[in-house]
Amino acid sequence: MNDFYPLLKWIILPPLAGFILNGLLGRKFLGEKWGGWLGAAAILAAFIASCLCLSDLLSLPVESRLLRDTLFNWISAGNFSIDFALRFDPLSAVMAMVVTGVSFLIHVYSIGYMRGDKGFNRYFAYLNLFVSFMLILVLADNPILMFVGWEGVGLCSYLLIGFWYEDEKNAAAGKKAFITNRVGDAGFLIGLMLMFGLLASQGIFATDFATLARNVNLLDGKIVLGFGAPTIIGLLMFFGATGKSAQFPLYVWLPDAMAGPTPVSALIHAATMVTAGVYMLARMSFLYALAPRALEAVLVVGCFTAFLGAVIATLQSDIKKVLAYSTISQIGYMFMAVGAGSYAAGVFHLTTHAFFKALLFLAAGSVIHGMSGEQDMFKMGGLSKEMRLTFVLTAAGCLAISGIPPLAGFYSKDLVLEHVHAHGIPILWLTGLATAGLTAYYITRLLILTFLGKKNFATHAHESPLIMTIPMVVLAALALTGGWLGSKYLLTFLDPAAATLSGADPEAHRLMLISVVTALAGIASGFFFTIPVLSEALALKFRFAREVIRNKFYVDEIYEFAIIRPLKWTADSVFFGFVDSDMIDGLMVNGAAKLTYRAGLIIRKVQTGNAQLYALAFTGGLILLLYWIM
Amino acid sequence: MPFEHLLVLSFVLFTLAAAGFLTHKNIIVLLMFAELMLNAANIALVAFSKFSGALEPQVFVLMVFAVAAAEAGVGLAIVILLARSLKTLNIDTVKNLRG
Repeated sequence: MNDFYPLLKWIILPPLAGFILNGLLGRKFLGEKWGGWLGAAAILAAFIASCLCLSDLLSLPVESRLLRDTLFNWISAGNFSIDFALRFDPLSAVMAMVVTGVSFLIHVYSIGYMRGDKGFNRYFAYLNLFVSFMLILVLADNPILMFVGWEGVGLCSYLLIGFWYEDEKNAAAGKKAFITNRVGDAGFLIGLMLMFGLLASQGIFATDFATLARNVNLLDGKIVLGFGAPTIIGLLMFFGATGKSAQFPLYVWLPDAMAGPTPVSALIHAATMVTAGVYMLARMSFLYALAPRALEAVLVVGCFTAFLGAVIATLQSDIKKVLAYSTISQIGYMFMAVGAGSYAAGVFHLTTHAFFKALLFLAAGSVIHGMSGEQDMFKMGGLSKEMRLTFVLTAAGCLAISGIPPLAGFYSKDLVLEHVHAHGIPILWLTGLATAGLTAYYITRLLILTFLGKKNFATHAHESPLIMTIPMVVLAALALTGGWLGSKYLLTFLDPAAATLSGADPEAHRLMLISVVTALAGIASGFFFTIPVLSEALALKFRFAREVIRNKFYVDEIYEFAIIRPLKWTADSVFFGFVDSDMIDGLMVNGAAKLTYRAGLIIRKVQTGNAQLYALAFTGGLILLLYWIM
Repeated sequence: MPFEHLLVLSFVLFTLAAAGFLTHKNIIVLLMFAELMLNAANIALVAFSKFSGALEPQVFVLMVFAVAAAEAGVGLAIVILLARSLKTLNIDTVKNLRG
């Protein structure tokens, strides 16, 4: 343990410096030639700093692996004080490595992808700002500072979804993401305030995670609104996580977020930001240990979202939308693991998912780049000849996400399912297994529609330049080996105590076999159902179900009618029309003016202009006054 | 001369002047009644000074003289201008300041 470890801040500072340089000087002095490389170099510096921190962390004995650094006292009010303090323990180490590592690759890729865009420097400034906020989120030593990062990544997500803001559709998508996240954030904040309030009433004013973990049992037995305090705080914070991590019921913003540039989708909306909810739950695990009912909710919501996302993904035609729903579904898996009580498995799946989903998104970006902006899979087909390398890399990503051994997805997804099975609710495990099958199906469908079959377009597609393919190759290597390496080192690193438990399940091998068979069945059906004749026949037979799924179960429409319209109506006619226009403007502001004006019209009659009358009134007043005094 | 007599004199003079101020219509006469009221007050002040031995009331009397002189100067100037523009000295016709 080291409480004064100055190297930590050098993980956050380079991206921040990159943001300032690219943001202020980018267009004038750096231009496209230097801006991109500067952005990538900043992330590389952060990555190297994380590596150095990690090696120092590993040199510490297992039970005291913690590096801290307090930069300054941020807020101080009476006894309550919040430091700008950073924390580097195995959990944040894994997150920092994934964030900086994947970010670096995506920055390099972006140099190729964004070439010629007129917002090139703005793009890298936002991206660097995102990474620095993400690192604040990950390294924060108290939930308030974590919330700063949490909001910061939300802001960058908004800025990058609406990056091409000239198109109003993109700006609207950014707004939708931002507002949906605010709904969840309200839950997160209320949960935090409730926790701090209850702890302060017990005399605990410090906010760092270590103190919170030591004193969280003081919350046990407190009742808030009929629930135990840990349960309701846990549920509120999980509600925050459903916003950021696109879980039911707040997942609707993520598919729309695909309006941003594809590397942004890969970095923010697949690999890093959307997994922040999982990280937050893992970080607050000491609280959830006291709240089994909240964990149950996490498990059920995760399971439901995983299934829902996978079902919707099966019938999407936009290549990025398939991947977006796939991300929702995969994050559902992470929450299932957390809900089943295994944070390590959740973070493990988070890591492997970051590799293969970033790979798939970058590959999709490469396809879109090669097709000059086309995203509809039904207008692609037969690309394997023209984009051989992208095809091979996508296939690797598909196998990884399908859970084919020995690729990354197999290890982590299997571990998640094992934990869910051990948790003891068969229906949840079966749903998870069905989701795995659907995952294999929709990703195979994506691969076939895009790269195999006959060519459905007239123009010529071209393979992407090296600067885009090399990051994909690195990610593919990670997607191939990450699972094996992770199961060997990551799990013991994250959770030295629990690692010995996994594999103890006598049914583990049987479960493994079942999930591999499911994945293979999914892939086979992917080949089977994309045969044109068959898919047309099925589409006719199940027309109703097909329409419902294609329209995403009309969730957006339901929200539109149940929430957005009533809200807009209330805002327009009640709060604007009645409260603001009628009450505040009409009654109070103009009303006060009218009242004094009317009163003046009456009272002015007293001023007759006759000086003697004034003198008479004065004399009368004087006599009355004298009478009153004497 | 007893103290009360002086006060009664002051009171009677002030009441007469006030009554005159409220009933007459000529502006110059009104100004004269105003001077009379001030002088009634001066008599009361001098009486207080004589019977209490304090000097402050006499200071006030001098003050009232000065103010009365200034007021008469300004007042007469206004009266001349009014008379020029309205061709009358009747107070009832001067109602330009009504609300």
